[in-house]
Amino acid sequence: MKVYADNAATTRMSKRAIKAMMPYLEEIYGNPSSLYSEGQKAKEAIEGARETVARCINGTSAREIYFTSGGSEADNQAIISAAEIGKKAGKMHIVSDKIEHHAVLHTLKKLEKEGFEVTYLPVCENGIIDLEEFEKSLRDDTCLVTVMYANNEIGTLQPIREIGKICRKRGIIFHTDAVQAVGHIPVDVEKDNVDMLSASAHKFHGPKGVGFLYAKKGIRLSNIIEGGAQERGRRGGTENVPGIMSMAEALVEETGSMEANAEKLVYLRDRLIKGLSEIPHSALNGDAVLRLPGNVNFCFEGIEGESLLLLLDDKGISASSGSACTSGSLDPSHVLLAIGRVHDVAHGSLRLTLGDDATEEEVDYMIKSVKEVVGYLRNFSPVWRDLCAGKSKFIL
Amino acid sequence: MALYSEKVMDHFRNPRNVGVIEDADGVGEVGNAKCGDIMKIYLKIKDDIIEDVKFETFGCGSAIASSSMATELIKGKPVSEALKLTNKAVAEALDGLPDYKMHCSVLAEEAIKNALDDYYSKHPEKRKD
Repeated sequence: MKVYADNAATTRMSKRAIKAMMPYLEEIYGNPSSLYSEGQKAKEAIEGARETVARCINGTSAREIYFTSGGSEADNQAIISAAEIGKKAGKMHIVSDKIEHHAVLHTLKKLEKEGFEVTYLPVCENGIIDLEEFEKSLRDDTCLVTVMYANNEIGTLQPIREIGKICRKRGIIFHTDAVQAVGHIPVDVEKDNVDMLSASAHKFHGPKGVGFLYAKKGIRLSNIIEGGAQERGRRGGTENVPGIMSMAEALVEETGSMEANAEKLVYLRDRLIKGLSEIPHSALNGDAVLRLPGNVNFCFEGIEGESLLLLLDDKGISASSGSACTSGSLDPSHVLLAIGRVHDVAHGSLRLTLGDDATEEEVDYMIKSVKEVVGYLRNFSPVWRDLCAGKSKFIL
Repeated sequence: MALYSEKVMDHFRNPRNVGVIEDADGVGEVGNAKCGDIMKIYLKIKDDIIEDVKFETFGCGSAIASSSMATELIKGKPVSEALKLTNKAVAEALDGLPDYKMHCSVLAEEAIKNALDDYYSKHPEKRKD
């Protein structure tokens, strides 16, 4: 059986999304900046897509949508723009948290080198930030709050609406990396009190290499890419017309089927969680309820994640892990460490992220396979032997 | 290109000499769980020949494959030869490891040397140097 369970990494493009891009590869290939009709047709098309995207996240105007190359670029641009606005006002403090995506964390590191001060809020054991602690971290010179909508590893949902409300009250720009949320759970920039939001098409069955940044009217963006007058002068470079058209179609499709998909996925997710919980000395990472519909993330004591992934791959299952070996660094996932998993346990993590087409058979197959592989690896793990012999203490 | 060579995958999928020797003459353990790699080597030595060798490993694919290959390379060999085993020889026998995984072969070399040290500490009369 083949099971693709890494939908947080990327998704398969939907038929509709593929179909939507074809005319812009084959016929309407003009440059949107050209004045002849072939160019203007392309221009009209992407402006229509801009309206569609704005509508899907309940933005008030298409002028608030800027197309980018994806989520990382949108995160970079949002944070750098807000930092520059802050700098001009003499505000050099930023509040974020420890479990952000590296597109956010690395941009913040860069700003720290430029003299900004960043508060990285800790998260509770369930991966959610404490609102009281958040409010206390805000200062008079805080220019930006950037907190992700949903975590890419453990699927945890943050109290975005409340954070936004507090930021609004204090006049602080609020950015959210919503790459894992858009197209999967309802995102409403108005109700959520969000000023800036990043999204990526390939996470919701659109194409890779395209995303968007929502920036509320009045927020002046700084350019990351200099060049022409595209994106109202805020991002140079000929627009990725086929990608943009396809992204808009995918977003409409996903928004339309969101409720039904989420209901099904929550059922399958919880079935998977229940099944994997039967493995002794294992633990779910993240909150059991406040999490993305398709996200499952576990730690298994006594084994290492990469070998788990390779053996699951042999069984036809595509999954991911937060172990050091899979990240190419010496440390396991910063997210797992932030929720209090010690190194020994964090190395044995497994993330399974279900797609819209997931089935009960697939879930049951994954439960069976993970049980087999974990058991097999534990069988010749010296760590497991010591744990069972009582030479070291079980953590999970 | 695949992450690992066919050889690595073969030793990872079908590790040789997995297990424990209860009455081992030498036991070596290196690495730590914090870093995500632990290797444990058990040796049975008779007349200066490594009669049997078993391993247990907590770690990634290349750590398991390196342990497996290292045990293959010393099984049935004189102790003097096992002492000369290098991490490079382990990596080469596996048709290479990715650069950032070379430390797995180093662990395998160290685990074997560690087990031999343990053997010598129990049988100091065997040490010839």
